[in-house]
Amino acid sequence: MRDVAVVGFAQSPQVRRTDGTTNGVEMLIPILAEAMGGLGIGKHDIGFWCSGSSDYLAGRAFSFISAIDALGPVPPINESHVEADGAWALYEAWVKLQTGEVDTALVYGFGKSSAGDLRRTLALQLDPYTLAPLWPDSVAVAGLQARAGLESGAWSEHDMAEVAVRSRRDAQSNPYAQLTGSPDVEELLAQPYLSDPLRRHDCAPITDGAAVIVLAAEDRARDLVERPAWITGLAHAVDSAHLGARDLTSSPSTVVAARRAGVDGVEIAELQAPFTHQELLLRRELGLGAEVRITPSGGALAGNPMFAAGLVRVGEAASHILRGSAGRTLAHATSGPALQQNMICAMEGRS
Amino acid sequence: MSKIVAAVLGTGQTHHKAKRPDVSIAGLCREAIDRAMLDAQVGWDDIDAVVVGKAPDFFEGVMMPELFLADALGAVGKPLLRVHTAGSVGGSTAIVATSLVQAGVHDRVLAVAWEKQSESNAMWALSIPIPFTMPVNAGAGGYFAPHVRSYIRRSGAPDYIGSMVAVKDRLNGAKNPYAHLHQPDITFESVQASQMLWDPIRYDETCPSSDGACAVIIGNAKAAKASPQPAWIHATAMRSEPTTYAGRDQVNPKAGREAATALWKQAGITDPLAEIDCAEIYVPFSWFEPMWLENLGFVDEGKGWQLTEAGETALGGRLPVNPSGGVLSSNPIGASGMLRFAEAARQVMGRADEHQVGGARKALGHAYGGGSQFFAMWVVGSEQP
Repeated sequence: MRDVAVVGFAQSPQVRRTDGTTNGVEMLIPILAEAMGGLGIGKHDIGFWCSGSSDYLAGRAFSFISAIDALGPVPPINESHVEADGAWALYEAWVKLQTGEVDTALVYGFGKSSAGDLRRTLALQLDPYTLAPLWPDSVAVAGLQARAGLESGAWSEHDMAEVAVRSRRDAQSNPYAQLTGSPDVEELLAQPYLSDPLRRHDCAPITDGAAVIVLAAEDRARDLVERPAWITGLAHAVDSAHLGARDLTSSPSTVVAARRAGVDGVEIAELQAPFTHQELLLRRELGLGAEVRITPSGGALAGNPMFAAGLVRVGEAASHILRGSAGRTLAHATSGPALQQNMICAMEGRS
Repeated sequence: MSKIVAAVLGTGQTHHKAKRPDVSIAGLCREAIDRAMLDAQVGWDDIDAVVVGKAPDFFEGVMMPELFLADALGAVGKPLLRVHTAGSVGGSTAIVATSLVQAGVHDRVLAVAWEKQSESNAMWALSIPIPFTMPVNAGAGGYFAPHVRSYIRRSGAPDYIGSMVAVKDRLNGAKNPYAHLHQPDITFESVQASQMLWDPIRYDETCPSSDGACAVIIGNAKAAKASPQPAWIHATAMRSEPTTYAGRDQVNPKAGREAATALWKQAGITDPLAEIDCAEIYVPFSWFEPMWLENLGFVDEGKGWQLTEAGETALGGRLPVNPSGGVLSSNPIGASGMLRFAEAARQVMGRADEHQVGGARKALGHAYGGGSQFFAMWVVGSEQP
């Protein structure tokens, strides 16, 4: 395989609501400039472009076209789009770099969750013939998963609250985070249920946001930055769509992706866990011990821009290497109901 | 570094119809996939990853439907990637699957594209008001009719060229058992007599609205050598440009011209008209045949209609275009681009049955989308490049 690295990352502030149009493309413009400007490159230096977004989030067909228009792709660009989190756009771009056709790629993900009723919108990801007509919303589906783990003894409500406490405290040093604070576990457990057994602190907030990552191969990466975040493994997999046929306390697709990507020796893991119990589940499935620092950005629980949050995890995990504050990190991204689809991106710095 | 060689091992498609109430979305996809796997002589264990393409989720009202389809697509435990690049998506999906093989990430990849228009309302999905953007309330035909009028004015083409294309494509479609429309008795006079929908586009010069799916299996050289007659992938290209910008040529878009230039160069083709044996070109409205012949560089600007008028794009002509009947005979939107790619592959595999172009060794598959702004294309050949 060819050596490919993350060389640039920019993200928008994660906020409850932005004032722009429903697809949120306005959030992209400043961070596109920031990501390319920081590397001293322009549009013409990008060999391939790929984005991740959702028409359903924007409430309109072809919402990604507005984003492409906003790039100002004249002359025309080599470009593609995935209807998924930007992390899957990063995957497609990484594949394109691996073919050797291009040496640089720019990836972006964007989503304006505030444009609709997110919980109900996400219910439309379920089987349209048998399940979606019952409208189990995304929090209710996550609640089923949390309940399965509580009853099997995999985690407790106290464990879940501890995840929320750590996330909020870590987010205090993340200028882009939406939710920060320093609550204690007892305080959180005294709160009422939002969707039994989930309390508000167990659920990611509703967030508007966007992120941009620049990838480069081999010498091009070394020319652009002093310490590229080399991707040593990138893999993803999907689980069954049938909630009743899955053991919701496990995540086989995460295990498969981690085995293919290789996660040994990571110092930091940025996990995309929009619900507290999902972080506990992922840590167990990835075999991450106490020596691994978990999601120092605060993660999705501190700000969850749909269709960008997975890409943000890759950017955050890469930033530690780009800055020289870690040697080996991993990012995890997820998509679909109850962690149906999972991706692992392992990265390292080389001196 | 040099790319790994990739080839189409097999293709499959559904019987396209206005309504397929006999199958669910999953059943529709499986009909195409099962045929592709049979054609490629591979089983589920041979498939390393699945790439899915379709047009906007609003068309069927399911958000990211590949998630609920994961089991039916045989993707559980494997990588599943969903591509969406508007009307060109079927082509883009095949290209992403090709890249996965060319990159050396996988040995064999299944690509599937579909649309079930009968479970949808495309006019509604395309007519949601958007800030700062003119709504396309007249549908795609209303959007493209001015481009066609502009083409006729610029090229001086006789006004009957569009009807000639429609007759040819529908007669080709009559030979294709999978085609949605079978009109063996269609005539130039009957097309001319059909209702004018968006002047100068008549009803019979317009694509139907179809349920359908298409699948292809892409593999590396080792996988291809185990296959009876693969279609080797000689080149792929994708280009995008904005919907509007000052000075944009919507009749002969720059993105299409640049994609074609890159494609021919990659395939080592210097004279496409002489070197390509047949072409499956995305022609949803008949006039787009001469327009894309020019955009693709088969002929000089303004000359595309002359090739059509001389009968050179019919079966037996110099460059048969859409021998399968094309989009004018079947249009399951998300799958339409992949059908062009798959039909090009069938030709060079020698498996195009009644619409086989004799001795076809190199073929073009082409798709476009949005406001003529997204382009995806490939060249496939009977010989390893």
